[in-house]
Amino acid sequence: MLSGFFPNVRWDKLWEATYDTLYMTVISTGATFVLGLAIGILLFLTSPHQIWANKIANFITGSLVNIFRSIPFIVLIILLIPFTKFLLGTIRGVNAALPALIIGAAPFYARMVLIALREIDKGVIEAARSMGAKTSTIIWKVLIPESMPALLSGITVTAVTLVGYTAMAGIIGAGGLGNLAFIDGFQRSRDDVTLMATIVILIIVFVIQFIGDLITSITDKR
Amino acid sequence: MIELKDISKIYKSKNGEITAVKNVNLSINKGEIFGIIGYSGAGKSTMIRLLNGLEKPSNGTVTVNGKQISSISGNELRNARQKISMIFQHFNLLWSRTVAENIAFPLEIAGVSKTERSKRVKELIDLVGLSGRENAYPSQLSGGQKQRVGIARALANNPEVLLCDEATSALDPETTDSILELLLDINKRLGLTIVLITHEMHVIRKICNRVAVMEAGQVVEQGDVLRVFQNPQAEITKNFVMQVSGTKESKESIEQILANYPTGKIVKLTFIGNKTEQPIISQLIKEFGVEVNIVHGNISQTTGGPYGTLIVQIDGDSTKVKQALELLDQQEVQTEVIDHA
Repeated sequence: MLSGFFPNVRWDKLWEATYDTLYMTVISTGATFVLGLAIGILLFLTSPHQIWANKIANFITGSLVNIFRSIPFIVLIILLIPFTKFLLGTIRGVNAALPALIIGAAPFYARMVLIALREIDKGVIEAARSMGAKTSTIIWKVLIPESMPALLSGITVTAVTLVGYTAMAGIIGAGGLGNLAFIDGFQRSRDDVTLMATIVILIIVFVIQFIGDLITSITDKR
Repeated sequence: MIELKDISKIYKSKNGEITAVKNVNLSINKGEIFGIIGYSGAGKSTMIRLLNGLEKPSNGTVTVNGKQISSISGNELRNARQKISMIFQHFNLLWSRTVAENIAFPLEIAGVSKTERSKRVKELIDLVGLSGRENAYPSQLSGGQKQRVGIARALANNPEVLLCDEATSALDPETTDSILELLLDINKRLGLTIVLITHEMHVIRKICNRVAVMEAGQVVEQGDVLRVFQNPQAEITKNFVMQVSGTKESKESIEQILANYPTGKIVKLTFIGNKTEQPIISQLIKEFGVEVNIVHGNISQTTGGPYGTLIVQIDGDSTKVKQALELLDQQEVQTEVIDHA
């Protein structure tokens, strides 16, 4: 029945492209979470009146974040071609898309982490210090758990953005649904393929948003 | 137990230097409840944070339990802090943790094993009267219950000193009293030294043994609570005492009496200890035949004993009135003639 509406869609190729998109999204979201969290925490702790208050470190980190956040993703992919080639030996395939995806999304997420951490009641951090907590304890047992709902809703937004980024990466040869829509759909004038790829992308985005919202509300005990 | 020597704290800001604390000398004894009272901006928040090294003095030394808090840092300071606990005006609990997990937090910091932790947490929950609420989250608790969690958390590592940063200022009067009772109980049972800062004289009256009054970064007056109540020296202290004795409200009635009965004398009597229980007024009436009209009366309990204020109007033969006042002086009753309200 479905084949009637989408005569040119080859389901095995669609499935493969979906798998590639999911693969790129999941890996890059995971890596972005870790890297963005680390940068965000560094930004937070080096800001004025915090434990590691340091103007120079804060300025350098903040500037790097702003620079990478400002570069359009499609340009970033091109700029990172030599780096990717050096790292993986190729610039084609799903893995080759990962460096650009992570470097493009991590600074974006780091800003969200910073906002989340600023929302934490200063008194709670002071209370932990008054108990004799080390900085590592404050990071793991105060900063991260206390900002968890905001960190999770931030990574949800970032994951959705990353689905979009994977589609762009697909156009220059990374595979996935973007690649399918562009090469098989657009360039061969098969609108049904483009439409189907779009539908699958939408489903992926809705599912990510649903799961993200669910986990966020479960962790929020306020 | 706690020694502050020549403490000054100066903050540098864009608009110049701000002196938060200026030349403060204090010594606090083991096992006592010491209150620091002042209006906001008097420097008391900074003072209490000097005691656990959250703030470092610009000058002078802070010694707590033999350790010079003002000069140690790193691990040494962190270990010292485990014995100097703190509770806060806004409780500062971790919302992501249950009551039991919040209380366990300082034990985790101290590296206490899991089985030991749960045992200790149970004891503490019983101590502060929160049995049955161990799995609740802070958002499900009332203000008073949150402060009880704060207190349990502060007691977890068997501290020697408990610092209370406006611990009852966010609570209603009834809850304030129950928290103060708890602090008093802990002080007696565990022999804990308690230092508290507040802007409410009521808190000082209720549980403190000694008090220091702060104004503009300086300690303007200090001493036994009862003495300070009976004989406040500084203007600000008199204001604070009036908060409790309720004499502020009687101002209007005094004005009216002064206008209506210009011949009589309005006298404010302040008495402490067992004098509060003696029939001094009836003695006045019997011996001198003067008229005594009571304008205002109040007796408050402090930890050092009762403290009373009585405002009376004494009228009659002027020599008799004078003799009456002399008698009051002999009775060790503080007298103050008010000729304007």
